[in-house]
Amino acid sequence: MSALTNTSPSPTSSKVTELETVVIRFAGDSGDGMQITGTQFTNTSALVGNDVHTFADFPAEIRAPAGTLPGVSGFQLTFSSHEVHTPGDYLQTLVAMNPAALKVNLQDLEENGLLLVNSNAFEEKELKKAGYTENPLTTDELNKYRVFALPFTELTLNAVKTTGLSHSQATKCKNFFALGVVFWLYSRPVEQTLVWLKNKFKKHPEIGEANCLALQAGFNYALTTELFTEHYLVKKAKLQPGHYRQITGNEALGLGCLAVAIKAQQPMLLSGYPITPASSILQQLAKYEEFGIKVFQAEDEIAALCAAIGAAYGGSLALTSTSGPGFDLKSEAMGLAVITELPLVIINVQRAGPSTGMPTKTEQADLLTAMYGRHGECPIPILAPASPGDCFAIMVEAFRIALKYMTPVIVLSDGALATGAEPWLIPNFDSLPELTPTFHQNPEGFSPYARNPDTLARLWAIPGTPGLEHRIGGLEKDSQSGYVSYDPDNHQKMVNIRAQKVQGISADLPPLEILGNSTGKILVIGWGSTYGTILTAVEELQALGKAVSAVHLRYLFPFQNELGSLLKQFDKILVPELNLGQLSKLLRAEFLVDAISFSKITGKPFLVKEIRERILELL
Amino acid sequence: MMTATEAPLKRLTKADFESGQEVRWCPGCGDYAVLASVQKVMPDLNIPRENIVFVSGIGCSGRFPYYMNTYGFHTIHGRAPAVATGLKIARPELSVWIVTGDGDALSIGGNHFIHILRRNLDVNILLLNNRIYGLTKGQYSPTSEQGKITNTTPLGALDRPLNPISIALASEATFVARALDIDAKGLQAVLKAAAAHKGTSFVEIYQNCNIFNDAAFASITDRATREDRTITLEHGKPLIFGKNRDRGIRLKGLQPEVVTLGNGISEADLICFDAENADQTMAYLLSRLDYPAFPVPLGVFRSVKKPCYEELFNVRNPKKKSNSEDLDKILKTGQTWVVE
Repeated sequence: MSALTNTSPSPTSSKVTELETVVIRFAGDSGDGMQITGTQFTNTSALVGNDVHTFADFPAEIRAPAGTLPGVSGFQLTFSSHEVHTPGDYLQTLVAMNPAALKVNLQDLEENGLLLVNSNAFEEKELKKAGYTENPLTTDELNKYRVFALPFTELTLNAVKTTGLSHSQATKCKNFFALGVVFWLYSRPVEQTLVWLKNKFKKHPEIGEANCLALQAGFNYALTTELFTEHYLVKKAKLQPGHYRQITGNEALGLGCLAVAIKAQQPMLLSGYPITPASSILQQLAKYEEFGIKVFQAEDEIAALCAAIGAAYGGSLALTSTSGPGFDLKSEAMGLAVITELPLVIINVQRAGPSTGMPTKTEQADLLTAMYGRHGECPIPILAPASPGDCFAIMVEAFRIALKYMTPVIVLSDGALATGAEPWLIPNFDSLPELTPTFHQNPEGFSPYARNPDTLARLWAIPGTPGLEHRIGGLEKDSQSGYVSYDPDNHQKMVNIRAQKVQGISADLPPLEILGNSTGKILVIGWGSTYGTILTAVEELQALGKAVSAVHLRYLFPFQNELGSLLKQFDKILVPELNLGQLSKLLRAEFLVDAISFSKITGKPFLVKEIRERILELL
Repeated sequence: MMTATEAPLKRLTKADFESGQEVRWCPGCGDYAVLASVQKVMPDLNIPRENIVFVSGIGCSGRFPYYMNTYGFHTIHGRAPAVATGLKIARPELSVWIVTGDGDALSIGGNHFIHILRRNLDVNILLLNNRIYGLTKGQYSPTSEQGKITNTTPLGALDRPLNPISIALASEATFVARALDIDAKGLQAVLKAAAAHKGTSFVEIYQNCNIFNDAAFASITDRATREDRTITLEHGKPLIFGKNRDRGIRLKGLQPEVVTLGNGISEADLICFDAENADQTMAYLLSRLDYPAFPVPLGVFRSVKKPCYEELFNVRNPKKKSNSEDLDKILKTGQTWVVE
């Protein structure tokens, strides 16, 4: 078969059509390598100059029963010749490696969309596992799509025959055959992936070689068989000039920490306990030990935060990373960090709850627990990144606030940001704020609760400093002496000071960025990973001349000062959230405004269409 | 900034370690004796006061740091070992002392307790065991005896008590000891040995709560009978006890038994105690001895050398000089591209 050769085949008669934006989803069994396939397509698309945005959707089980509906893993991306901010609503192309993947994902494919399926997987046993009584490839069920049923498995086995791999190992290369086909379909080069494969399988060169062969065979197969009457081109996007890379939210959080440690020239302790979807932050930072970053895997979630508190007390930069269940467990220790006024950062990569919920699915339902989920008056500043790349900046900002105000800071990321990727303009080191901490040294007149009159931050007096021996702890302390105090007036004073200190941060925040006019009919307010979707929907409607604007809150507590007055400039306030209306409750409580909640809680992000239609209903 | 200035080591006294905060334990509480012994021992350690940190949890023992004129951190219930772990990893040069109680260490903080021991951080743990919840006014604790009548167990506690020494040994502790609050000499000797040990030193202190569990240890602490009802473990020596030093403990198979010396039984027949044995089987066996069947062992059960967690942690991670170029290099690792 000519597809197995690497010689340059003759050009086909297939015509090339230019497209602006394409949405593809690679779907298969969780063992089919769909995340890798999608990531490779994304990286190549970014390298050829498209703007890209991705969404990974995979089961919590490492190996859910093969071929079943719960075992389906999907990777979706948008690539475009202009800026994109979401992974896309509907698919132009779906690659389904088995019947279960087809069944789970078909609903998202546009009419007349391209459907590539591995026909070898559509045999009786697999069909039955996916709940098909008849083979959809032989019925009229798929008539409204352009279906290409290709024997991926068989073609792959042929392609890698020369490598002598076992049948099962050879079969595993079929995702790269499929990727090769899709690369040709969208006119992308295979070279980047070939290099990546050789590097990835350095220790098993025969497997690397087989995957390379499968990839090239797929590409050549599409090229030479004239299967497709047209193929596509998506031109380079016009992006802000600079040096770019792909980045996921969790990578950006980790790199943000690294930047903080280097900028502050201080040791850092990241203390955590493995939990989906936050574990990769621990794994990533464990690689940067040479920069003074210590990663401590604690015995449990409570110990993880307590160790961070201990490190902060000792003068380290300190943080802990977790997700909902772990965040709950840390509540009491957060209170300790508040009353002892120690600087540290708590990352909560939110996932669908309550309880264990859906660990790999995204949600924004921990906002109120971050605000109020502790006993006593226990204020902690809350920040939320708006996109995967923004996780870097939010991490730096969280430490800036923690150090300047001597306070714990909560960062609310979420599952969609954690694993979602986008091209990221690599920032310049000089753009980072000043982060060097000040440790108090002078014993004269020392009191542990003496404060900076501007920030209300207390002194950071660390053990090892002669003459500053003092005792702190969870019991209320006298505002002057720092001794244990049950005095009623003193408690009132200390509660007020802690609240004022955190509220005062609002004067130290960048101005709100308003998308659109600062007056109008509807203001859409979002936070977290919904940023791209809201932005896209609002821009589309603005282009149609609608009086709609948007703000995206990266600061959830305290709010930026001008938010209150901005709300009054609009007839209606719409608050889309992946929860039952938590930010809208805060806005109503804080500003006495009739904020309209638009809630979705399926474990999946909003579609642009959903936001757009809701705004149109209100206009 | 992380290294303390080398303070000229002026000879400190017990008074230098008294914080001046009013001590608020009940009059007659065994904690006073423990506090006095700790303050007494501190000057002998030759550690600058600013390099000493006392960390506690919740309960009567939790107030301990407030009374020490060192750095102190009164944390939350059961979590002192976790806070101390973060502190010690960050600042290995500090002398860290954890003060805890039977409820704090063995009930709510049980997980942290076993994990700090297995990690072998170079810290000292003083567990003030009074076999009752005192600060909450008299509920049974994890070391209360089965059948104990308390205000939450009017019909008697069902739970079987935990043995802190046995748990410490099972948790791979490298230094394990027991002392009595009122035996200042014995307690201070154990505290010094604990401070000298590199690694986690665990000291169980039998402490009398004269309000809610008075005389819990009276059967062995009474001066008149103490020597007959306790046995002080001495490394390299046979297990002999009694006012007249005429009784000992020997092994019959795997069963220890109390014997009287003479009538054909000599010191050579007794267990020769080896605190430095890498295997903790004998230490465990001794941890199970209890009055009235046996004398209660006091002193050091185990003292073995193992690497400290924070040393391994820091040797493994030498901090290199890092700058903006290092960051730039990492940020640009992997596939990157330039948009003109």
